[in-house]
Amino acid sequence: MKKAVVTVLLVVGIAALIVACGPAAPETVKFGVFEPLTGANAGGGALEVEGIKLANELYPTVQVGDKEYKIELVIADNKSDKVEAANAAQRLVDKDKVNVVLGSWGSSLSMAAGPIVKNAKVSAVGLSCTNPLVTKDNEYYFRVCFIDPFQGTVMANYAFKDLGAKKAVIIREVSNDYSVGLAKFFADAFKQLTGDENAILAELNYNTGDTDFSAQLTEVKKFRPDVIFAPGNYTESALIIKQAKELGITVPFLGGDTWETPEFIDVGKEAVEGVVFSTFFATETPITETSKVFLDEYRKKYNKEPAAVTALGFDGYLVARDAIQRAGSLDKEKIREAIAVTKDYPGATGMISLNEDGDAVKSAVIKTVKDGKFVYMTTVEPY
Amino acid sequence: MTLSLLFQHIVNALSLGSLYALIAIGYTMVYGILRLINFAHGDVFMLGAYVAFYMMTLLSLPWWVALLVAIVFTAFFGIGLERVAYRPLRDSPRISIMISAIAASFLLESLAVLIFGGRPKGVPVPDVLSRVIHFGSVSMIVISLIIPLFTFALLAVLLWIVNKTKTGMAMRAVSTDIEAARLMAVDVNKVVSFTFGIGSLLAAFGGIMWSFKYPQLNPLMGVMPGLKCFIAAVIGGIGSISGAVLGGFLLGIIEIMTVAFLPTLSGYRDAFAFILLIVVLLVKPTGLLGKRQAEKV
Repeated sequence: MKKAVVTVLLVVGIAALIVACGPAAPETVKFGVFEPLTGANAGGGALEVEGIKLANELYPTVQVGDKEYKIELVIADNKSDKVEAANAAQRLVDKDKVNVVLGSWGSSLSMAAGPIVKNAKVSAVGLSCTNPLVTKDNEYYFRVCFIDPFQGTVMANYAFKDLGAKKAVIIREVSNDYSVGLAKFFADAFKQLTGDENAILAELNYNTGDTDFSAQLTEVKKFRPDVIFAPGNYTESALIIKQAKELGITVPFLGGDTWETPEFIDVGKEAVEGVVFSTFFATETPITETSKVFLDEYRKKYNKEPAAVTALGFDGYLVARDAIQRAGSLDKEKIREAIAVTKDYPGATGMISLNEDGDAVKSAVIKTVKDGKFVYMTTVEPY
Repeated sequence: MTLSLLFQHIVNALSLGSLYALIAIGYTMVYGILRLINFAHGDVFMLGAYVAFYMMTLLSLPWWVALLVAIVFTAFFGIGLERVAYRPLRDSPRISIMISAIAASFLLESLAVLIFGGRPKGVPVPDVLSRVIHFGSVSMIVISLIIPLFTFALLAVLLWIVNKTKTGMAMRAVSTDIEAARLMAVDVNKVVSFTFGIGSLLAAFGGIMWSFKYPQLNPLMGVMPGLKCFIAAVIGGIGSISGAVLGGFLLGIIEIMTVAFLPTLSGYRDAFAFILLIVVLLVKPTGLLGKRQAEKV
């Protein structure tokens, strides 16, 4: 009898404790930051996180209805690995119960999270993942950047019109959805521009994490192309270009947005001088009021020039925050609907309007490497 | 394929193969003495490269001083690792010590992420080593020429140590039977420490050469080379030093020639390494230069 009384008292006590601690919690809105912070893509992930954190410092709260919530960033490392990415996304939606997910750098990693956010009905805002499949058939995945069919066309145009190239060789990272997709869109556009079905002389493959590309590059030498298109992860790309120079290949190298990380120049050094790639944003041409705020605050805090993906991280945070404010509710479905109708939101990278696939329609920027720095060349409007 | 392209491919293959050979020797030495597959070998390789990197960047030492300091440091680190992670388990079932090796590998990788950071780093390669030299239309960088020379020099030195010196005799004795060697007054601990020192020294040297040839560091950079060089050691006959060198070159040649002759299959290059391993093991289970050993009961 005595035992039973003690047990009941204990249970009541514990229950009271839980109740006492309980209601204090939901004063925050959680943004899951889903990024590679270790592994091959860590450089890119770190740049996006910088942008998200800066936005969080400047705009730390969100107004939902008549109540103000604090925005808490829950950072999950997807370790640049597709399996780990799925685990990290699952943890964000199940355990941390985030209201919205931001990220990831790398289309393959974002695609790994796709089905998970879809099942959990949590909206995700991709920042710089450009493969069309990220948002395709997934009404819960959005992004604040353009997609690869556009980017591939921009670079094919550059190769054909500015460089006068007639024949190209493609070197792609075959285990990376981004690289394979972008290579294909480039090839399609380039063939169309040249009117030559055989304008792509060869497509050579390598794997993520490879370091020796001498065999592939020796093959490239054989084909004597006018230009080489080599979209892929920045470390591998930098090593490819360096080894190409060592083999005496002087043909211009073109690439995509993933090249814009300090590590690309750090690894490639003099070898990457003069390479040309497309990206999202240039600090030389601030577009909106938000661009100015972003640039000023970033320079003040980090004392360097921001990368395009950092600006996208900043924008992704603001778009999600704006959507929650417009939704006026933390209901998952309401948030999704609000993000989907984002129109002319003034982000740091320009006006953001999402189309029916959830992709932003925006201009692309072409940059080159000069004296160890990324330098703005031109802006290309969406077709 | 023109002759000059073929020569270029051969040069590429030899330069990659010699690097594999260099790292495979370390695997084979440790296995030869202890029958232990040192899974942490690839991570010791990574550590050597990082130490040299920090010596060059933080302390601004000249590259060859950095190289020497890193090699010596890593050799002692290897000796310490053996003492902490493997020696207490020497008389336990072989599986325990193997698990301990895997644990050591993960520990080193995670520590490297914490201490060095997960973002890749670019290595300042000394100009002397990164200069491009041309032979007709075939070109290569100086380091690609140096690595094979060092590999063969080290091979010669190691064969001399193992076969001609007293320490080498002790090593062979421990390799044959630890108990019997101990009864013959061989200081087993000393021999094992020496072996780990040499193995780690080779790993560090390989790691630094690797980082000069492919100037990029990350905490997981040792995983794939570690796996490949383990394959090289097994193909050559694990435990045999000449076998490791042979296996390393064979692997390099197969990888490069796969891409050279079958460019469309270039994405499957790693798969060919594993296929080669399976074929060799099916035909000659002890590896190309391995000796059949009677199972000790």
